[in-house]
Amino acid sequence: MILAVVPPSEHVHWMFATGVLLMGVCLLAQAIVGEEVWNRRAWRRYLWPSLIFVLGLFMWPVMTFFTNSTAHMLAHGSWAQVLMFAGAAQLGLASGKLHSHYWRLTIPLALVVSGAAFLLHEQNGWLYSRSTFIHHLCGWTLIVGAIFPLALTFRPRSLPLGVGYAATLILLSVVLYTARDVAPILGHLSPEAGTPHR
Amino acid sequence: MNSQVATEASRPRIRRSARSIAVLAIGPTVVLAGLIWALAQPYRITLLHPHEQGFWWLFVQPPVWVMLVGLFFHAFVAPGILADLEEAER
Repeated sequence: MILAVVPPSEHVHWMFATGVLLMGVCLLAQAIVGEEVWNRRAWRRYLWPSLIFVLGLFMWPVMTFFTNSTAHMLAHGSWAQVLMFAGAAQLGLASGKLHSHYWRLTIPLALVVSGAAFLLHEQNGWLYSRSTFIHHLCGWTLIVGAIFPLALTFRPRSLPLGVGYAATLILLSVVLYTARDVAPILGHLSPEAGTPHR
Repeated sequence: MNSQVATEASRPRIRRSARSIAVLAIGPTVVLAGLIWALAQPYRITLLHPHEQGFWWLFVQPPVWVMLVGLFFHAFVAPGILADLEEAER
């Protein structure tokens, strides 16, 4: 019964990819027009912080239903917490309840923890299957991409840094959309991975 | 002799800034990306062949979702940004 309710894991990746893509295009627009213009409408100030928070919320069912091992549970659980923490901090900044700009550091923290979670719960090598490749690539994309929001904390008006941050998320969504449960990567697929499908 | 008193008024051309054009391009670019994906991998859109597909395969249509993200941004987010940007640039 539960198996019918739980989506295939590739579908979970695609759903998160959609949320990340929406966040990426919003951040790209914010980088282009600047924070002053972006923040002129109250609902827009809350848009992408809410998305981070909701992505964190949806990570809890992932932790519950996709717990293949303790590593998976710890990775998805810490991931859910850090995304909700970062989202809540950005919502606090947007509402004016938080004032210190150092709360922006929760974003690079969320990216680094998310990247580490991707890497830690993937125990196979890069070329084991498409799925493992994607987990390694997403992990390193997030860890390296965390440089952009980290630098934005200190230079919030920088166009290249803003575009870099948005591009990191858009790239992440593209990579997530390529996720398949069992598929080869660059012609490689471990025989232990199972039967490939489209 | 010209008997026409009133000359035809031309519609004023709106000159958009590079930033406005960039924001306007985001939505269509995302929609185009989804469309290209749909054409390249039509089997990803299970609504085209819905028989014997489970709920998740019918609900999650990645190329369509990409297009929806672009449409949502273009229809609901971009217009407000452009209005605010033009006001700020005045």
